[in-house]
Amino acid sequence: MHNTLIALVEDKPGVLNRVASLFRRRNFNIESLNVGRTDKANISRMTIVVNSEGVDARKVEANLYKLVNVIDVQDVTNQPAVIRDLALIKVKAKPDQRAEVSSLAAIFRGNIIDVAPDSVIVELTGTEDKIESLVELLRPLGILEMVRTGNVAMMRGDMSGKRYTPGTNGNGHVE
Amino acid sequence: MKKTGADILMECLIREGVDTIFGYPGGAIMPVHDAMLRYPVHHILTRHEQGAAHAADGYARASGKVGVAVATSGPGATNLVTGIVTANMDSVPIVFITGQVAADLIGGDAFQETDVTGITLPVTKHNYLVTRADEIAQVVREAFHIARSGRPGPVLIDICKNAQIEETEFIYPETISLPGYHPPEHAPMEGLEKAVELIKKAERPVILAGNGVLMSGAMDELQIFAAKTNTPVAMTLLGLGAIPASSPLSLGMMGMHGEAYCNSAIQESDLILAFGMRFDDRVTGMLSTYAPKAKKIHIEIDPSEVHKNVFADVPLIGDLKTVLTDLIPMLDEYDHEKWMQQIDVWKTETKERSVMAWPDDDKLYTPHVIRALWKATSGDALVVTGVGQHQMWAAQYYEFEKPYRLLTSGGAGTMGYGLPAALGAWFAHKDREVWLIDGDGSFQMTAAELSTLVQEGANVKIAIMNNSFLGMVRQWQEFFYDKRYAATPITGPDFIKLADAHGIPGQRATTPDEVFDAIEFAHKTPGPVLLEFVVEKEESVYPMVPAGAALHEMLRRPIRK
Repeated sequence: MHNTLIALVEDKPGVLNRVASLFRRRNFNIESLNVGRTDKANISRMTIVVNSEGVDARKVEANLYKLVNVIDVQDVTNQPAVIRDLALIKVKAKPDQRAEVSSLAAIFRGNIIDVAPDSVIVELTGTEDKIESLVELLRPLGILEMVRTGNVAMMRGDMSGKRYTPGTNGNGHVE
Repeated sequence: MKKTGADILMECLIREGVDTIFGYPGGAIMPVHDAMLRYPVHHILTRHEQGAAHAADGYARASGKVGVAVATSGPGATNLVTGIVTANMDSVPIVFITGQVAADLIGGDAFQETDVTGITLPVTKHNYLVTRADEIAQVVREAFHIARSGRPGPVLIDICKNAQIEETEFIYPETISLPGYHPPEHAPMEGLEKAVELIKKAERPVILAGNGVLMSGAMDELQIFAAKTNTPVAMTLLGLGAIPASSPLSLGMMGMHGEAYCNSAIQESDLILAFGMRFDDRVTGMLSTYAPKAKKIHIEIDPSEVHKNVFADVPLIGDLKTVLTDLIPMLDEYDHEKWMQQIDVWKTETKERSVMAWPDDDKLYTPHVIRALWKATSGDALVVTGVGQHQMWAAQYYEFEKPYRLLTSGGAGTMGYGLPAALGAWFAHKDREVWLIDGDGSFQMTAAELSTLVQEGANVKIAIMNNSFLGMVRQWQEFFYDKRYAATPITGPDFIKLADAHGIPGQRATTPDEVFDAIEFAHKTPGPVLLEFVVEKEESVYPMVPAGAALHEMLRRPIRK
């Protein structure tokens, strides 16, 4: 099982290193970690997926708050959240196989974004399950390369994820 | 007005109330040491950067202020690391300032370049790399705030040499903005109400008082709480002094070398009230059998400590003093008479086993020396220790009546902590009697600081318990390795001659009747004095909970008649 957490952090040099170092030293196993900008200057957003075996999300939250640059943490696991992963998959495809790849991608609402003489690149956004299903279908054709962003997550509507120490801030709490 | 980065650093340190700095110079920090000449600060040159770190630690623990230690780049900074770890484990507020090569050289393996922020990242509360002079003022303000607030801890500032030299407009920041840092204060009312319910139902409660009591300054609140609910108080090593040892409610120290009655009380209790402590493995023994009948209320400022080792039925995250102040008026009075009687029975049984009850066999035991020191100093000295058997005996036999009287490396267990920390402690309290109780092994790790003591005229009295062994490891070898004493027999210099070489008066005691004479010699001789007590070689610290055993499965001292 996995836990998905969203962390808002100050956009300062070394913050990613602080988070990664924390996970290593507390022996939390990261499945994926995605960092990007937000609409606010100086604030970055991380989506962190941890293997929940032996790791309690509460513990992850509390430890993240020990980092001075971490502003807010929410656990969106099993919450009404949109969770998406993006994959670029380069598949072997001779001209006569392009139609097959294209139709498979279409079923998953993926796009062919590049065509080369012997290969195509499929772009697919979706849940991990969906991406894995397409990968399995494309595998027999021969996958040359694949890259995935790891999950990014957002709560629906005006809801927020689970905060384990409400009212106490941990170290931080967006007022 | 334009100032150099180094002068700006000093301006900020002065505004933080710094007047004492421990350090060691070097190429990448020269502008800072030069700037110190222009400001009212006293820089203490230790003989090794580790000494500077421990001295700043001793100063911080004894004074309650933020300690400051300064070192150069590369080896200067890496030599601080043991001291940083020691402070981090025991939540000691220190600001470490290190020099770094010029910003445009970073990453090029320049002379004495080391990735100090990288190395210290996992062992500091926070750290900074400063590449420009105009960042210094803001960073220093933040660093002191972070070091002393919330759960205190060490903060490191690595300052590039160009930033120390460059001139920039000095504007002292009136405010700081740390959007991710708001240490908790009050615990939510809902939690307090749950706690009151548990306290009401409890028949056999025990308070576990940790370092947080001292850090939060909650000694009065602890005593009011304990007295109102008639609840006995067990203390961690770093919590000693939270309530007076002579208080009828004191259970003394808990854990691996805790009092047997104290550990028994914890194991039999039905409510544990953990105040500012973190259930270290040296305190709990085997977790699966720890206080099995007890509900747990955990008052703690650091949310990551809650549920870490022991599940808390009621976690109260906040500042201990504030939370207890909120909680006390909500409580009724209780007497727990039956429980206190049971504890008294256990206490009597323990006294029979004490070394102090042994018949005089003309041999010198460390507990005898420590008890004699306790008497001679009216139990009011500032006691600093190394790490090992002598440390545990100091905790057991120097009965601390007041807080902030024992400075010792708890979480990290850093041998060699004692001498430099005692130096720092003396700078914090020149009016107080400072005694270093050290082992022959621990002392030799940082003995170079004797020179610093002399250069500074630091009035530190040194008592070395010399058993010619690394005693604590030897004890484990005796119990768990069939007495195979691998790498534990240790020789040392003639400690009295070593003292003499430094111009420090010394005296040796080898029998019990020489102990008081030696202590008297130390008392009437001004300035630093070194006493060597040649103690029994193969004596062990009891009781002992073997690592991995349940807390009540103690090895007890055999009764001697």
